[in-house]
Amino acid sequence: MAGAVFTPIAARPAPAATVGALGWVRANLLSSPINALLTLAALYFAWKVIPPSLDWLFFNATISGGTVAECKTAGEDGLIVDAPGACWTFVKVRFLQLMFGLYYSGNLDQVWRPVLMFALFVGLMIPLFVRSFRKKLLLGAFIVFGFPFVAYALVHGEWLGLPVADTDQWGGFMLTFFLASVGIVGALPLGILFALGRRSQMPVIRAFCIFYIEMWRAAPLITVLYMASNLLPLFFPSEVDFDKVARAMIGITLFQSAYTAEAIRGGLQALDRGQFEAADALGFGFWKKSGLVVLPQALKISIPGIVNSFIELFKDTTLVLIIGLFDLLNMAETASRSPEWKGYDLEAYVFTASVFFVFCFGMSKYSQALERKLHTGHAR
Amino acid sequence: MDDSQQQQPAALQPPKIPWRRDPAVRALFFQGALIAALLWAIVTVAGNTARNMEERGIKIGLHFFDDVAPFSIPLDFFPFWSFTLGESLYWEVFVIGVQNTIIISVFGIIGATALGFFVGVLRLSPNWLVAKFAAAYIEAFRNTPLLLQLLFWNFAVFLPLAPPPRQSWTLGESFILNKAGLYLPNPVLTGIGTVIFTVSAVAAIAAIIAMRKWAKKRQEETGKPFPLFFASLAVLIAAAVLALLFAGEQVSFEYAELKGLNYRGGARLPLIAFALWFGLTAYTAAFIAENVRGGIVAVAKGQSEAARSLGLHHGATLKLVVIPQAMRVIIPPTISQFLNLTKNSSLAVAIGYPEVVNVWAGISLNQTGQSLVIMAMTIGVYWVLSLLTSAALNYYNTRVQLRGR
Amino acid sequence: MENGNTENTEKPAQNGGAPPQNGNGEMCMSLNAVNKWYGEFHVLRDINLEVCTGEKLVVCGPSGSGKSTLIRCINRLEEHQEGRISVNGIELNDDLKHIDEVRREVGMVFQHFNLFPHLTVLQNLTLAPIWVRKTPKNEAEEMAMHFLKRVKIPEQAAKYPGQLSGGQQQRVAIARSLCMKPKVMLFDEPTSALDPEMIKEVLDVMVELAREGMTMLCVTHEMGFARTVADRVIFMDEGQIVEENNPEDFFNNPQNDRTKLFLSQILSH
Repeated sequence: MAGAVFTPIAARPAPAATVGALGWVRANLLSSPINALLTLAALYFAWKVIPPSLDWLFFNATISGGTVAECKTAGEDGLIVDAPGACWTFVKVRFLQLMFGLYYSGNLDQVWRPVLMFALFVGLMIPLFVRSFRKKLLLGAFIVFGFPFVAYALVHGEWLGLPVADTDQWGGFMLTFFLASVGIVGALPLGILFALGRRSQMPVIRAFCIFYIEMWRAAPLITVLYMASNLLPLFFPSEVDFDKVARAMIGITLFQSAYTAEAIRGGLQALDRGQFEAADALGFGFWKKSGLVVLPQALKISIPGIVNSFIELFKDTTLVLIIGLFDLLNMAETASRSPEWKGYDLEAYVFTASVFFVFCFGMSKYSQALERKLHTGHAR
Repeated sequence: MDDSQQQQPAALQPPKIPWRRDPAVRALFFQGALIAALLWAIVTVAGNTARNMEERGIKIGLHFFDDVAPFSIPLDFFPFWSFTLGESLYWEVFVIGVQNTIIISVFGIIGATALGFFVGVLRLSPNWLVAKFAAAYIEAFRNTPLLLQLLFWNFAVFLPLAPPPRQSWTLGESFILNKAGLYLPNPVLTGIGTVIFTVSAVAAIAAIIAMRKWAKKRQEETGKPFPLFFASLAVLIAAAVLALLFAGEQVSFEYAELKGLNYRGGARLPLIAFALWFGLTAYTAAFIAENVRGGIVAVAKGQSEAARSLGLHHGATLKLVVIPQAMRVIIPPTISQFLNLTKNSSLAVAIGYPEVVNVWAGISLNQTGQSLVIMAMTIGVYWVLSLLTSAALNYYNTRVQLRGR
Repeated sequence: MENGNTENTEKPAQNGGAPPQNGNGEMCMSLNAVNKWYGEFHVLRDINLEVCTGEKLVVCGPSGSGKSTLIRCINRLEEHQEGRISVNGIELNDDLKHIDEVRREVGMVFQHFNLFPHLTVLQNLTLAPIWVRKTPKNEAEEMAMHFLKRVKIPEQAAKYPGQLSGGQQQRVAIARSLCMKPKVMLFDEPTSALDPEMIKEVLDVMVELAREGMTMLCVTHEMGFARTVADRVIFMDEGQIVEENNPEDFFNNPQNDRTKLFLSQILSH
């Protein structure tokens, strides 16, 4: 009865040409004649672009000293010309101004205030990414609703009896950060309301919410900013006076609330019908159903969408340049137009672009990772 | 039995619900409250606005439309509606602004679509290096602000690199690039030339339509396919050559010539318009490339396997199976990108291109103080464009929706 | 064979004694010492297999045993790295012309149907005849209707695949392959994505196809189907052919311990 015993043939290693570095090169760079040609073209392109860029950015760049003379060199005929590399000395000298604006770069004894503010923010954010930290929700709520007041108290100074740095003296990366943060934090409650309203059974409420959301989404942000700076003062009694920064913040918040509402609506739509039905079956009313069952889940699903719209907002805050606020981009532009550093606008743009790239790229990778994680969490 | 019969009439009567638990009453109440709040807000805002305008001595209205605009529009270059300093009226400023918005958007959409599809396909190239370069392009352009990119292209690339007029880069006499912009020859048709060119264009289009019909019929009868694309191209070229042969003397090109310090004549695309077009195209193309990649990836691998196992070769698989399905995924978000590009063209105000936000919401508003009317009109332009976009989207979606159970 | 056929018109399943003769003995397909790796993973190990025209083979084995990879190699949906595969005397190598020729002669039916959702059922069927065989459209449509009748769903011709049930979709997929008049049909677990009540309608079509003399290579776990139509059953594990026999001996008297274990697992309930 005993049959033959199955003895598998031992696995052999794959032919050398198909695995390892050689196999990888064959499969990814030389799989066909056209592919090989493309590889050659791409290598040529890389050779033309990458070494000169690196030379300009790093190898020939200047960062020493504190005057424009460091970035000049004697040309062939003895004339003073620009050195061949980037002049990072310019960014170094103007760094405080680019980060915190004119007030703090002019009052060095006060710089600790924005520095402390950013340090607090980073310190508060870190536990959110620690897996074992339990009270993420509480901390998150504090960062969103409590921290803005701490930040305002520190940077403005009046509440703490410090020398006052008025909003029109805020600038640089700090202003960019404030505009984007206020926009996203203020837009969150509005966005939740309008997302729920858009799914309401009551026709008037639904129509109003659709109108509100689509109205903002159809307009470019720059027109919203123009509106905020031109129309907002008209709409209120003349005693009420908003400064420029506050006007921009109101405009950005309303604008952003439409995008946040759409992101949350996406989360609500992705939510399983059974959740609504289960909440109904438990006898919850509208507010309990929304607050205890629907929103906690829908908000979690819509975090990637909200982060994505935050990235767009973060980039779009640069538009305040057009209405005359000195955010990071405008500060860099202005600095590169100053008589002393005239002609270094390329350095200003490259520096600003790298700051934005680091934040936006980081956030988009984070959002993608989160999306994958949520996706697997919902898979069967 | 008796019991239930006796209870029947009572059950038929609707039970009394206290009014505050009746959903219909509640709905009425909430909606009424919303309408009342909105009315109150509108009345308050209108009152405040009227008072504030009065204090500033501005009368709200459209009367300023027929006033002469006391400024000149920089870069007034498109031929459809020109601006004359001291003669043109305010409403013409608005028209010119809208015209320039539409023109830059149309050219931007064409450029961004072409570049976006190209980069999106490169992103999926089996060649690792090429795919990585495409990915680097997409990430770099998507993750930095558009305004920064526009300033960069205009102030750090094109303005400093373009030579002054006397040292223009030229390609023959046709293409001249310098700080003032890009000059191209301007075709001038005279006499019967116009007629001949129009006729040949119409004839070529008619021939192509007829050829399509014929090719379809021949395929159905004999099975022989017909290279329609190349044949159409040949017809177009032939028509152009024939028209040139017959009417060559009636066509002349007006070339730009160096007169004094600057070039005159020809068709000029100002450098700022070129920089704006370039920046909008490069930025939007990165987003479209992602849509294209996503659309192609969304077509299940089994689809091309099935096509290949039926014997369709690579090109036919792409043309008949992969692309038609990918397009359904690609087109809706790409139409949204078109709208985004149009909205983003408003950033041109930062580099001085005369589109509607710049000349209307900017210059005209500062001159007249008519902020209410002017802002409403400016935003109205974008609302109309956005409504048109959603109409196009809805039309497309209902047309191509995959039918399922 | 003749009397077997008449006898089996009603109940084809009972033909235990006399398996149909292996076609006319003409070689149709041969695999010679085929080896394939996915990266470092050795997925097919020294596969030798010969199939004659008209023969019906059923391939079974645990998941991950390489059975799907094997039939995908025959269609060059996967590339093998060592050994030779030839179909109808055409050797499968990097030559694109050979690959195209082989694919025209070999039909494939997938586990998940892979119908083209943007085309109607009729267009799914006529696509390849028109673009590959250059058949006039009218002729292609006539042929498509002919095959739709054979899989018993001519009334669905104008619908889209998404509007059909799984069983109907798989029958359309079989008809789509038949429209190319293939010499060989490959089936990659054609019923494993179907609801139980739909499996029969697909198997019926396959049994009929087998009876008409099509050369077939099926990866399937439908053991009833294997008993009915197969000339040979092949059991694979760890990338190699463990046992190969006629269905009677294969099921009643497996030679190898590994086969016995597998059969006891899938037939135990």
